[in-house]
Amino acid sequence: MNLIKKTILATIFLGPATIFFVLIIAYPFFSGIFYSFTEWNGVNAEPVWVGLRNFIEIFKNDSQFLASFWFTLRFTFTTLILTNVLAFVFALVLIQPIKSRGPLRTIFFLPNVIGGVLLGFIWRFIFVNGFSALGDLTQFSVFLLPWLGTPATGFWSIVIVYTWRSVGYLMIIYIAHLLNIDSHLLEAAQIDGAPNYILFTKVILPLSMSAITVCLFLVLSWAFKSFDIVLSLTAGGPFRSTETVALNIYYEAFSYSNFGMGSAKSLVYFVLVGSITILQVFLTKRKEIEA
Amino acid sequence: MIAEKRTYKVTIAEIVVIFFALLFLTPFYFVIINSLKPFGEILKSAASLPKSLTWGNYSNAFEKINFLKVFFNSLLITTITLVLLVIIGSMTAWWIVRYKSRFTTILFFAFIAAMITPFQAIMIPLIRVITQLNFINTRIGLIIVYMGYSTPFTVFLYHGFIKSVPIQLEEAAIIDGCSIPQIFSYIVIPLIKSMTTTVLILQALLIWNDFLLPLLILTKKDLHTIPLAVFSFFGQYTNRWDYALATLVLGMLPIIIFFLVMQKYVISGVRAGSVKG
Repeated sequence: MNLIKKTILATIFLGPATIFFVLIIAYPFFSGIFYSFTEWNGVNAEPVWVGLRNFIEIFKNDSQFLASFWFTLRFTFTTLILTNVLAFVFALVLIQPIKSRGPLRTIFFLPNVIGGVLLGFIWRFIFVNGFSALGDLTQFSVFLLPWLGTPATGFWSIVIVYTWRSVGYLMIIYIAHLLNIDSHLLEAAQIDGAPNYILFTKVILPLSMSAITVCLFLVLSWAFKSFDIVLSLTAGGPFRSTETVALNIYYEAFSYSNFGMGSAKSLVYFVLVGSITILQVFLTKRKEIEA
Repeated sequence: MIAEKRTYKVTIAEIVVIFFALLFLTPFYFVIINSLKPFGEILKSAASLPKSLTWGNYSNAFEKINFLKVFFNSLLITTITLVLLVIIGSMTAWWIVRYKSRFTTILFFAFIAAMITPFQAIMIPLIRVITQLNFINTRIGLIIVYMGYSTPFTVFLYHGFIKSVPIQLEEAAIIDGCSIPQIFSYIVIPLIKSMTTTVLILQALLIWNDFLLPLLILTKKDLHTIPLAVFSFFGQYTNRWDYALATLVLGMLPIIIFFLVMQKYVISGVRAGSVKG
């Protein structure tokens, strides 16, 4: 194949993806870095250079952005633990020889195929009307709490919806992984007389680290970006206490038209999310073992 | 770890998990039964079955969100994006694997970096690009953004798969005088069919359910997709749960049917898509 022909073919095969990538990801990303040093209040207006002012503003005066960050961190961490523990336990049960395996798998996965906006609205109804009906019926005080009405319950309501939605997905990954574990390793441990909890902590868990890395990574990236569920469930309320970073940036840019400030927030967000994700993958990958 | 036969422990574990499954289903129960009640009955007794079935909520919701129209919009946008994604994604990945160069290495690395970049980090300047190209309120604009946003993950999936496809078949075809486009279309495409299914399933769910991008790009009502139509419906009729719940059921019906029919592929798609990176 001569060089000209190869160049033409390479352009055909790689060209479209490269153009889309540059236009939609690379160019916006780098121009976003530029905009974060400007004041700019309309998509068509021209940005004005203001140096580091936006960043100083974010860390000095924007207590809501920092609060949103803190909320997102707490929410992500709580969801990370809850979803992974539940998914792992469900997976351990669903690999057993039980008849209800198929339907159970379907049910746990079902919430995951529905869009976040719809899920948020569904749960708004459940928390307000459904829970109060259950409360009247059972007199359990947990149902009579103002679930979307206080910062604390608002936090947990979002955790509940997120967990409900994500568990099935992780469970599928854990099931596939557990079925792949070499049963000889377990038998060997059992013959050596290892009790069940040792078997779990010293054999099953270490062997599952590669699946855990993937699942932690997935929840981390989903929860950090959470936008649509929160928007339709609480819209960040009450008193902006459940506002995620994604929601905060969205409001900054598209409700208040502060595009320069919004870009600066995006950049801070990108750097923090990026470092936390890389840190997580690095930490859990270190614990992975080959078997 | 896997019990040889059903012991009492396994039975207890099964019962506990079934209890959780019922818990997982209760939101659907509430939404469905209440979508068939008149407004007053929803407020008075949300937990009980409807006294009589009020189908009017559904015809109302059907009209108010213009269901056929928004369903068609969602379908059109998702289908076109998927077709383009599969073609462009597989071509790019195959070339990157088979004709490694400095450029392909950089490109692939850039795709990986894009996969961990949250959308909010590019959202604001992206909307400016779309506005300046006059793509606001066009389906093409939305599809182009999806192409940019979804190509990296698609290439990543195909890349991992193609690496494991033996090159001998393609080499034999070259000796037989096949051109590169012929090799790609007659040999490679059939060989990577199973990854194509995975890509289609995973991306279909993401694009069908996406909300933020349509919200930013499609402001005109007759271009709305399902999530957007449901969202703007709630903006108009806050707390009119009789219409709203029927709207929610209508909104999730297509994707639930899709999931139940394609379940086998969805599950294996999730599994294949979680290869560690």
